[in-house]
Amino acid sequence: MRKCFKNLVFGLILLFLYAPILVLIIYSFNDSKIMGPWAGFTLKWYVMLFQDRYILQALYYTLIIAVIATTVSTVVGTVSALGIYRMRSKLKRPYLLLNNIPVLVPDIVMGITLMSLFIFIGMKMGLTTIIIAHITFCIPYVILAVLPRFNRLPENIFEAALDLGATPRQAFWKVLFPEILPGVTSGALIAFTLSIDDFVISFFTAGNGVSNLSITIYSMAKAGINPKINALSTIMFGCIMVLLVLINIRSEKGIKNIQ
Amino acid sequence: MKSFKEYIAYPYGLWMLIFIAVPLLVVIWFSFLSNPDFKAGIYTFTLENYQQFMDPVYLELLYRSFLYAVIATLICFLIAYPLGNLIVSLPGHRQNMMIVLMIIPMWVNFLLRTYAWMVLLSGSGLISQFLGLLGFRDVSLLYTQSAVILGMVYNFFPYMLLPIYTSLKKIDPDLLRAATDLGANHFQMFLKIKVPLSLPGIVSGCMMVFMPAVSTFVISNLLGGGKYMLIGNLIEQQFLTLNNWNFGSAISMVLMTIIFLVLGIARLITGKEFDTGGQLL
Repeated sequence: MRKCFKNLVFGLILLFLYAPILVLIIYSFNDSKIMGPWAGFTLKWYVMLFQDRYILQALYYTLIIAVIATTVSTVVGTVSALGIYRMRSKLKRPYLLLNNIPVLVPDIVMGITLMSLFIFIGMKMGLTTIIIAHITFCIPYVILAVLPRFNRLPENIFEAALDLGATPRQAFWKVLFPEILPGVTSGALIAFTLSIDDFVISFFTAGNGVSNLSITIYSMAKAGINPKINALSTIMFGCIMVLLVLINIRSEKGIKNIQ
Repeated sequence: MKSFKEYIAYPYGLWMLIFIAVPLLVVIWFSFLSNPDFKAGIYTFTLENYQQFMDPVYLELLYRSFLYAVIATLICFLIAYPLGNLIVSLPGHRQNMMIVLMIIPMWVNFLLRTYAWMVLLSGSGLISQFLGLLGFRDVSLLYTQSAVILGMVYNFFPYMLLPIYTSLKKIDPDLLRAATDLGANHFQMFLKIKVPLSLPGIVSGCMMVFMPAVSTFVISNLLGGGKYMLIGNLIEQQFLTLNNWNFGSAISMVLMTIIFLVLGIARLITGKEFDTGGQLL
């Protein structure tokens, strides 16, 4: 009885979480412009999606921005985390305070402050401004993910490696880096997800020429329901599922290897 | 680790000054300038932007944003807390699976998740059709207040569940057993042991839902159809349509003040600094 009740609760919550996505997927194959009764199977929305240069362009921008922002913020964040770890506390506090601002301040405020700055200094809105904005809000998360790793290290681990005959390069890549790698990976992952998913900050820093997927979806959705978006979300959801399955298989293999 | 010097963090310090500190200061400064002068390049210090916000129209809007965010936070909590308890009672591997299942929808683009509800709630959508079968004809749930709150609950629910689950999982089951052994009934055990021990999770969950909910403009625009303006919509409108940056900056400062007040309250309750970073993964 208790078990039955438990499963019912889980079922209802999962229904609530997945129903909207499933409906999108089903309707992306429906041969009708309105979301009414089923009017037959079609792939025409997918064909139209891939003919829509505007959407493809947005997809390209989204990926470019995410890759650049993730790479830069992971490298800069990791190096800066090492610097902050070695910092005297007088300087460390303002650093961490400033670093926390993009995490705590609402997206919309981050968006308008950056937009004000860019316009104030006369920078042309476009790809560069979006990438700068994304790097700015991604680095703090990388630092928050990497810094605890440094804090957990034994004080003299790097020097111990040097004493034992490692070159500085070896000591860094063979001793220090593997220790902080989990933090770096999760930092990079957070940065990539945040960048791909971001709408608000991109919306304010994009200007007229450049638009990423979120901005495109927003402007299309504001006009009402559009089956092309259904097709797009089905593809994106499919990619996420494939990615998750791949990660799962890899980590299971990893566990087996360790065992 | 003495081989590494603090100066490798200096470039990022400069970056933070230019792209975090200066923009914030610019907006604070904007909020104290009068609008007509600003365009002419003359700067006069004024409080009129803040005075303008004291208008009942704007205060009502502020109240509405606050109300919707509080309701959404409450609903999320009322679902997530019992659910967290249920998940913790599962065997280990099923716990992980359940948590992953609850997070996957978060990986779908935020705009798409909100758009999905537009599809479900629209006049020709499934829910309206279902209501039509029950005899309620032509009910469109889209562009209503409930739709806006629903959108907030749906989008931010995992932010509530994760911290609550983490803090519940950390509770040593022996403590709960000890409490019952020492004569506490189920209700006392819950109220005096479980709730206080999971309080940090509850507080950070509430913060993580309240903050994006109070500042959103996307959900209210798409699911409310622009009929229920929130403080986020007002900021967006001032900056992008009306071009009144000074008033927009003043509203942003009001929003920031609310957020920091709430953060302060959270800090008072849990007695430590609030951290969002650790909760994300």
